[in-house]
Amino acid sequence: MSQVSMTVNGKVATGEVEGRTLLVEFLRENLGLTGTHVGCDTSQCGACVVHVNGRDVKSCTMFAVEADGAEVITIEGMAAEDGTLGTIQQAFQDYHGLQCGFCTPGMVMTAASLLAANPKPSEAEIRAYLEGNICRCTGYHNIVRAIMAASGQDVSGIAAE
Amino acid sequence: MYEFDIERPASIVAAAKALNAEGAQALGGGQTLIPSLKQRLDQPATLVCLGGIAEMQGINASGNDLSIGGGTTHADVAAGAGAYPALAALAGNIGDPAVRNRGTIGGSLANNDPSADYPAAVLGSEAIVRTNLREIAADNFFDGMFATTLREGEIITRVDFVVPEKAAYAKFDQPASRFALVGVFVAQYGDHVRVAVTGASEGGVFRWAEAEAALAADFSPAALEGLSLSGDGMISDLHGSGDYRAHLVGVMAKRAVAAA
Repeated sequence: MSQVSMTVNGKVATGEVEGRTLLVEFLRENLGLTGTHVGCDTSQCGACVVHVNGRDVKSCTMFAVEADGAEVITIEGMAAEDGTLGTIQQAFQDYHGLQCGFCTPGMVMTAASLLAANPKPSEAEIRAYLEGNICRCTGYHNIVRAIMAASGQDVSGIAAE
Repeated sequence: MYEFDIERPASIVAAAKALNAEGAQALGGGQTLIPSLKQRLDQPATLVCLGGIAEMQGINASGNDLSIGGGTTHADVAAGAGAYPALAALAGNIGDPAVRNRGTIGGSLANNDPSADYPAAVLGSEAIVRTNLREIAADNFFDGMFATTLREGEIITRVDFVVPEKAAYAKFDQPASRFALVGVFVAQYGDHVRVAVTGASEGGVFRWAEAEAALAADFSPAALEGLSLSGDGMISDLHGSGDYRAHLVGVMAKRAVAAA
């Protein structure tokens, strides 16, 4: 067992973990932050995406020990200070960017990374950046619209298919 | 996963020492190794994490020389290897964004997946793989599917490229895995040309000598007309037969030359 310490959503989080403990297991089981989902557990689906030192990573494919000392942001850290939804989260609600909602935490975290690097992405850029996030409901169209809207862009030009 | 310990050395020397222990194995970005461990395909006693070694991070560019630390992520190469646009573009199209934020050039090369992108760039650019023990020319590094000439516990510390006059990588994506169904890297250095092919052969990445000779005489897609490879020894799976892949190599080689 090893002792790990990291900052999660601005608070110091410590715990005892095995070498094989995944970051997502540490977040969900040690810290009770169950907003981060495990979809495929094979790094295909992206439901487990969190930010580690400002970068989106699949927390099912990183060990908790590797995040020792890191700054981690999860979906629980995306709400505004007063507990209301953050801009991207609100856009997902407004544009019906979720159906069953299972992929949503990863979609929001990935979208946040994209918008941090590219504040006004094109539709094609959004779709390319979401390559590692799978929505089993196949609700991509409204996810893309929500991210366009969250970036302050007009979404009327994105035709329904 | 079976149980194991993880060590996080801060230097190449400390990592090499840790890797000398019985059952120790190097952990790069883990984007292939962690899924393999989950399938219990491997049972290391100790994983030696190379991610915290500062001297293995980053890109140094000087004139036509580009040296990339073995622990540099695909995302950092995509963003920082502007001196070699074909290489930066290749790195920026590996896997997906989250994978690119973890996976490393050294890890990809040490794994030598027969469908990985980096082996094509390294072989196609006649790069030098530097380790904690020696330097290995790309032509002597790859040793068949998932095999390299790295010794037990040897660490890829840097990969050195010389930027060619012209280069491009053309990848036919396998959209589910995001690996290359076939990928061809073409690079022109003065009077000679390198053509490296990934995703196609059961022997892993290889150079297509016939295409290299044709392109050295005339660096144009038309120079590749009439050249073909045999489907024998090519990977054949549900995504494509050996003959299909052999044909695709010619198509992707032409596209790479056109894009270079």
